[in-house]
Amino acid sequence: MSTVADGELTGLQQRVLDLVHALRRANVPVAVSDALDAMRASTLIDLLEREQLREALASTMVKSPSHRGAFDLLFDIYFPNRSTQPVAGEAADPDAEPGEAFDGDTHHQEARDIDQFLAELVMRVMQGDEAAMRRLAIEAVENFGAVRGRDGRVNFFAYRVFRNFNLGGLLRRLMTESGMDGDDPQNALTRRLMRDEFEQRLRRFREDIEAEIRRRQVEQQGADEVAKRLARPLPEDLDFFRVSAEEQETMRRQIRPLARKLATRVAVKRRRSRDGRLDVRKTIRHSLSTGGVPADPAFKARKHHRPELVLICDVSGSVAAFARFTLMLTHALQGQFSKVRSFAFIDTVDEVTRLFSGGDFTDAIKRLHTDAKVVWLDGHSDYGHSFEAFHARYAEAITPKTTLLILGDGRNNYRASNAWVLKDLKRRARRLYWLNPEPMQHWGTGDSIADEYARHTDGMIECRNLRQLAEFVERVV
Amino acid sequence: MTTEHRFTDLEDTAARLTAAGYLPDRPTTTVTFLGDRLGKPVLVEGPAGVGKTELAKAIATSRGAQLVRLQCYEGLDEAKALYEWNYKKQLLRIQADQDRAWEDTKDDIFGAEYLLTRPLLQAITQDIETVLLIDEVDKVDFEFEALLLEILSDFQVTIPEMGTVSAVRMPYVVLTSNNTRELSEALKRRCLYLHMDYPDLDREKAIVRSRVPEVPEQLADQLVRIVRSLRNLELRKSPSISETLDWARTLVELGYANVDEGVAQTTLSVLLKHQSDIEKALAHLQAPPDPSRN
Repeated sequence: MSTVADGELTGLQQRVLDLVHALRRANVPVAVSDALDAMRASTLIDLLEREQLREALASTMVKSPSHRGAFDLLFDIYFPNRSTQPVAGEAADPDAEPGEAFDGDTHHQEARDIDQFLAELVMRVMQGDEAAMRRLAIEAVENFGAVRGRDGRVNFFAYRVFRNFNLGGLLRRLMTESGMDGDDPQNALTRRLMRDEFEQRLRRFREDIEAEIRRRQVEQQGADEVAKRLARPLPEDLDFFRVSAEEQETMRRQIRPLARKLATRVAVKRRRSRDGRLDVRKTIRHSLSTGGVPADPAFKARKHHRPELVLICDVSGSVAAFARFTLMLTHALQGQFSKVRSFAFIDTVDEVTRLFSGGDFTDAIKRLHTDAKVVWLDGHSDYGHSFEAFHARYAEAITPKTTLLILGDGRNNYRASNAWVLKDLKRRARRLYWLNPEPMQHWGTGDSIADEYARHTDGMIECRNLRQLAEFVERVV
Repeated sequence: MTTEHRFTDLEDTAARLTAAGYLPDRPTTTVTFLGDRLGKPVLVEGPAGVGKTELAKAIATSRGAQLVRLQCYEGLDEAKALYEWNYKKQLLRIQADQDRAWEDTKDDIFGAEYLLTRPLLQAITQDIETVLLIDEVDKVDFEFEALLLEILSDFQVTIPEMGTVSAVRMPYVVLTSNNTRELSEALKRRCLYLHMDYPDLDREKAIVRSRVPEVPEQLADQLVRIVRSLRNLELRKSPSISETLDWARTLVELGYANVDEGVAQTTLSVLLKHQSDIEKALAHLQAPPDPSRN
């Protein structure tokens, strides 16, 4: 019965183990006991049903929704979907057919193909025929996704495929062909629902294409190689400086749960830190049920003061993503502070509290650059002038109750630093921290004057991903 | 454990859950089945109102088991979850026979008669098929989580005055969490993990059709699509399945055969609980689609 203890691993077990190692390399913690459970689980289900195997392994090895993306990716690599494989002939000789696609003289043929291809694709998407769409995804990779490398090997890339047709254009075409292109208010609702449906199907189509490309890469280079290359950091480890639009979206969705978790954790800490003084009235009241024996003493809770928070954020291009997430997180945590005020600057400063107070962060971020006056001269970061402007207009906002956070990389484009402002603000505030999204070893290099500013703060803290940000915020609260 | 309660395979699991009024998707079926076979607790995590608690109830029904439910909250302790000595009764007893020797009394007052069993102890001491539901486990304190660890791995409880009580019969354990805080690694490791999200279009439609059979097919389709579209928005409170069902009942009650903007405007308050959400939803449903997005 115990297949695990037999010493020799079966092929399946070896695969599961490979997957475990790959997950660990991608920073998903998989305990030994999890791996053993995964192996036991894999003996209990029908291995021909790939999706069952996926769920069985996921339930034993993935214990957090943010790890699921990495798992699905790696699962596809180590347990490729055999049923989407093209006919044997094509797979065995990858150089033969796709090579023709960019031989120049067949260019005309390719152009006609793509029109026919798109016509069929549009039709299938409208019908919602998933099997046909999956087939078309394979065809698209085969015909449009190939690139011949210098060594003569053929590689497949998603960007090649999407150079031939973009999904936004397809969506427009779908809407037109289903007679939903007007803006007649009569059927706005139907149009919205139709559009959602098409978007969903196109997303599925794109995933099919990406999966097919991965499958081909695995075939050529082996699973471990592809897994190494594709491994992306988990959402909470993504570097603020290097996030794609899609990853920003993932991170944005994590903000509120993160804020909720932080709030719970802080509440627990506060509840624990009783000051231990006996609440005599309550204790006597309790003792009545035990015949006057004070068996259940009650204690008074300490009153906590909530800090007042003021943020001053550099929202210029280079650090915008970081500023956004910090703004969102602190405003999502509004309840934990007695007051939150936020200011944004590029080369001059403006208050943006009201944009975030509505609770609609997406909208607030959009209006950050239109409704707030953050640009004065040329739209290049100017810490010196912004600090000076802040000091002139808002210095009164900083009181001994205030915790002041400054966010930015301190890259001042070689302008005046006006560090005296910080010195003065530090005197006024309870605490002054500076959060810097750059790696510590870059501080003070080039046009960064981070180390000069750091001298006037209670600490300049490296804050490169959501995890570090959350750790810091918890400390301040 | 007798065999007739156990799930034989995935089809059997799915069929029995469906018969119990719960329409499972593939991950749910797989994990439910594995929970039985591996004898591990199932930890179900996901947003409020996706049917986590319902799943536990359906598992109980499908196995002909009794459901013991422990609702967690902040400050839940052993006394409320595990067992407690009925010290008032003990005091009465001591006062009643004051002239007896302490040794005799002591043996008396720490007997089963003075023990109040709470859900956790109850679940492991009963000799019938049991499903133990530990609801909203993310609400408890860390100390209590440690206590749960002991029970979930050994299925035994140590009562100092009485000795160790071992499980007569292993209960099927389901834990649910709304993810308000990260549970400890140790607890997660002892469980199979199921992340439950809002159901896909067809499944939610099926749920609406089975729970509110009066809804015509076309209306069900349309309202589920609208709800799904709204869940893509960033709302303060996304509509849950139970709110979808409420909305379906409302529409049937009011006699609407399909939803247009006017109907949406008057009935959205059933679906969404914040005024700002309603405004946002109406704007979203009426806004001309903007093809440049995407």
